[in-house]
Amino acid sequence: MNRLNNTLLLLGCPELPAQTGIALYLANKLARKNVDVTIAGTRSAINLIKVSDPERNYAKKLIDLDRCIENIAEKRTDFDSCFVFIHNDAGIAYLATIHSISKADLSAIIFGSNAETLASTIEFECRKIVAKTAHNPIPLKKKIDEVI
Amino acid sequence: MGCVEEMDYEILLKNTSFKECREFVTSNFKEVYKVKPGYRMFEVYLIGVPPVMIGVDGDHVIFPYTKPCYGTFLLRIRGEEAIAALREGGGV
Repeated sequence: MNRLNNTLLLLGCPELPAQTGIALYLANKLARKNVDVTIAGTRSAINLIKVSDPERNYAKKLIDLDRCIENIAEKRTDFDSCFVFIHNDAGIAYLATIHSISKADLSAIIFGSNAETLASTIEFECRKIVAKTAHNPIPLKKKIDEVI
Repeated sequence: MGCVEEMDYEILLKNTSFKECREFVTSNFKEVYKVKPGYRMFEVYLIGVPPVMIGVDGDHVIFPYTKPCYGTFLLRIRGEEAIAALREGGGV
């Protein structure tokens, strides 16, 4: 993987427990490589991050998902890379949207019971990190460790 | 994205997929526009897999509206200005 400068972690619906843990793990891993990490998500997803990391050791920059999309679409900001968390059809729609409006190097983190099926619906080139897990973050952590 | 939710909208499809929305729009409306994801309408930025299909039915627009936890809804909202923008080339 190329050296990154700033990265967006775009969270999906937080109903699958693996998401928050993996987001914090990935944020820490990237920060240790001097990457500037921003995490975007729904209010619930962001609140889970805040409660899990109250001292903000890992999640230093947080932004509302809709505001993040607006800022990128209006060219107010962009990222060198973006990791989109996907476990449902809406996640695929967000991935395709980022692909359309951003120049970021794109990675799809696909998990949950339908991970492989969802991965097969992606119609453009991007890095796919796929693990069929919903609760246990370890399979996803292993896949992330293989590419970062 | 509060603007759409505060408007007088009709839900044509709910908890559906972007693909089903696209098929519904192209099958049920004669006046259809393709836009890219991120297209701005009613002060929201449309989320979806391209091409995002928007239908026009009289003075109403029909478009997909995606929320991370609830999937995609196909909404019908009155919007003369949005229709004018589409007709003037806002679509792709």
